Amino acid sequence: MNLTVTVNGTAHTVDVEDRTLLVHLLRDQLDLTATNIGCDTTSCGACTVLLDGESVKSCTVLAASVDGRSVTTLEGLAEGERWHRVQEGFRSMHGLQCGFCTPGMVMAAVSLLDENPSPTADEVRQGLEGNLCRCTGYHNIVAAILEAAK
Amino acid sequence: MAQRAVHATCSRTVSILGTRVMRVEDPKFLTTGGVYVDDLRDPRLAGAAHVTYVRSVMAHARVTVDVSAAAAADGVVAVVTGADLADLAPPPVPLGFIPPALGRPWLANGVVRYVGEPIAAIVTESRYAGEDIAELVSVDYEPLPAVVDPRASATDETLLFPDHGTNTALAFEAGSLDGLFDGCEVVVTQQITNQRVAPVPLEVRGTACVWEGDGDDARLTLWASTQSPHGARDQIATALSLPPERVHFIAPDVGGGFGAKFGVSIEDLLLAVLSQRLNRPMRWTETRTENMLGMGHGRAQLQTITIGGSRDGRITAYSLDVLQDSGAYPHFGAVLPFMTQMMATGTYDIEKIAVRTKSVVTNTAPVVAYRGAGRPEATAAIERAVDLFAAEIGLDPVEVRRRNLFAKDAFPLTTQVGAAYDSGDYVGALDAVLAAAGYDELRAEQRRRREAGDNRLLGIGLSSYVEITAGPEAGTEFARINVKPDGSVVVYTGTSPHGQGHATSFAMLAADELGVPIERITVVHGDTDLVARGGGTGGSRSLQLGGAAVHQGALETVDRARELAGDLFEAAAGDIVLDKARGGFHVAGSPDDVRGWAEVAASADAEHGLIVDTDFTAEGATFPFGAHVAAVEVDAETGKVTLVSMTTVDDAGPVINPVVVEGQRHGGIAQGVAQALFEEVRYDEDGNPQSTNLADYAFPSAAELPDFTLVDMATPSPLNPLGVKGIGEAGTIGATPAVQNAVVDAVAHLGVRHIEMPTTAERVWRAIQDAGKGTK
Repeated sequence: MNLTVTVNGTAHTVDVEDRTLLVHLLRDQLDLTATNIGCDTTSCGACTVLLDGESVKSCTVLAASVDGRSVTTLEGLAEGERWHRVQEGFRSMHGLQCGFCTPGMVMAAVSLLDENPSPTADEVRQGLEGNLCRCTGYHNIVAAILEAAK
Repeated sequence: MAQRAVHATCSRTVSILGTRVMRVEDPKFLTTGGVYVDDLRDPRLAGAAHVTYVRSVMAHARVTVDVSAAAAADGVVAVVTGADLADLAPPPVPLGFIPPALGRPWLANGVVRYVGEPIAAIVTESRYAGEDIAELVSVDYEPLPAVVDPRASATDETLLFPDHGTNTALAFEAGSLDGLFDGCEVVVTQQITNQRVAPVPLEVRGTACVWEGDGDDARLTLWASTQSPHGARDQIATALSLPPERVHFIAPDVGGGFGAKFGVSIEDLLLAVLSQRLNRPMRWTETRTENMLGMGHGRAQLQTITIGGSRDGRITAYSLDVLQDSGAYPHFGAVLPFMTQMMATGTYDIEKIAVRTKSVVTNTAPVVAYRGAGRPEATAAIERAVDLFAAEIGLDPVEVRRRNLFAKDAFPLTTQVGAAYDSGDYVGALDAVLAAAGYDELRAEQRRRREAGDNRLLGIGLSSYVEITAGPEAGTEFARINVKPDGSVVVYTGTSPHGQGHATSFAMLAADELGVPIERITVVHGDTDLVARGGGTGGSRSLQLGGAAVHQGALETVDRARELAGDLFEAAAGDIVLDKARGGFHVAGSPDDVRGWAEVAASADAEHGLIVDTDFTAEGATFPFGAHVAAVEVDAETGKVTLVSMTTVDDAGPVINPVVVEGQRHGGIAQGVAQALFEEVRYDEDGNPQSTNLADYAFPSAAELPDFTLVDMATPSPLNPLGVKGIGEAGTIGATPAVQNAVVDAVAHLGVRHIEMPTTAERVWRAIQDAGKGTK
């Protein structure tokens, strides 16, 4: 089927199978490879993107369902050279190591701060429950998001 | 000239080492994301076919495979079974110690030995088609008895490899059992399961490859998610009977490894073979389920500890018996007991030690290296043993440790099991962590809650640990320093980071000796055509070997540059001074005339600049150490455990970049906590895996963990010029027993002496019930 989706501000008209997942559309057809796939069960959150501004796990969204909608991935988060405050927070607090969970983690954090601009550390931890990281023990990820919220 | 004059006296600089330099790697990861194998858009991979593996759904069976329907399907390029590869020599065993009779086939050859074993390879034009067509392969299973429990395996009643004649793959031993506990006033024994866990790097395994050229000139380029590109290249070359130079191995960004990505997988080797035979570039990316079934697991030891000593708290004898579950095809896991044996005595000066280990095959996924690899198992055993001993004689576990730790002035020393500890201050680490954790206050709070009948029981757990890094033999590593004619520097390292920040730390090391700012230094790794040789990243070896090589290479580069500058100045090299602050050279006593790195490097070679290759060889393995304190809350009614705090001292010598080292500690602690509280790979009695994805494997999220409190301590190693030791595995070694001990401690007053890991609510609740008391 054909659909039109706006990704990081650019409209794309693409042909997808009915069963194509949003994450595969982004990665394989639009070559936006920041968004990663880390599991088969919507558990890890590495594929988190914003769909009309809200975080979704793009491995569990059918591409067909985003016709006419707007998607933001990590690649579209900065405004030119100006990074989003969550990107800055992750950088300054060393909130990443291997980088694989990072795109999804950052997008989840953007959504979290949109909903709760001044979270407590505990609220950040609860809010990140759907995004897994094996490298950092989450310590610096929590610190990064609190830093971004300042 | 005026500006130079201003700086003429500034030949001394403040070292960048030990400062909080933010990682140079991060901007890419935070803007466009890393480039992992599945992200590669190399033009040579255009039109690559996709490989999907059909995997066994039975643990042990004879199999007959019918691929006719799959082979006829639309979109299929080829369907390949073990029979199609019968002309190939079997793949080499992953380690030289392992008996060749226990090697794995390319694809199941009539018999499958674990759920997840590859049976057939489906090659398709598209990835989605691969999953569809894999469903069309018909596999007829004739069940064989599944051997899942290593104790059953050790009886040899059912042999997994009849040609080998036994299920035992390897055995190690140290010390004598004769009269081991004679004269002990107290002897305590306990069986302990160090459970099987899954490494779970967030990036699953993936491989891509292409052959270029014809006949004997054909050369393979293979990208894979590995920790050790040169070792992996050599494994591929051996398996395919090629000289190593005909394999170009590239590790792009690697999304975590934790030991499990050391070397190559059978799937990587197969991809090279399939690509060669079908003359197509090829790709494979596994699913998480495949990763949980097939990448391999860690730990998986059944231990029996016996500890003896006097009633006043002196430990005089210790025995450790290990039955290692190697899984179906022995890999690193079969060798882990050797490391467990080497670290059996831990931080304690115990007069008599005996270790017996045996590694057996079972119908489960192979056991591989996992963060710590044999050492967390040793620490978990001795730290549980010391707590059991303390409980038996009614002494505080701190006091028992204090009375048995090796003294600060005992180093260097060689333990009863042959480990040569280089340096340490175990009492210092214990004192520091107790003070930082507020141990006395925690004990007071524990008493208060117990006396008040509070259902939120507080448990306090300790561990004192020492581990071996960059061992067991003295290691070596390669570095190249290339100062370009424009004065920028490229550092090549044979280590292969996957999140450890080498590009930052190694640039700092080079900057410190060269006086070139890190912004002008690039670190290259992971490509066997660009880096001459290397040992990869694993076993916490990178900084002390790879970093030391960069340091050594930088010093040699300065020496060479002084010769070159001497020629430029028409002066003796011995009279040339490097002014690091200005990034250039001058004649001693004449600081106004400075020749910069660019000019000096160009004088070596106008095109390539100055190139210095070096190999650093350590004087021996190093032994980082530390002490952890965990505090947990246990709900007396449900058994649910909550980790309240985690305070750690991890001494790996001087710290090059605290940002990176703290990150390594945090991550390791979290994985250590996860083994103690949450994670376990389980199989049922027929060998069916019960934890095959992240929905049913208890990988902790941020919500299950607290912040960690890190205490700094730095005792240098005498074995390398930086004085550094490895930090990568400290967390999993120290944290696991501290947390397990804390859980037992929380309910110790009810009569509980031991709870197996993971200490789930059900296990803790049962332990409370079995202790026969319960709270009111």
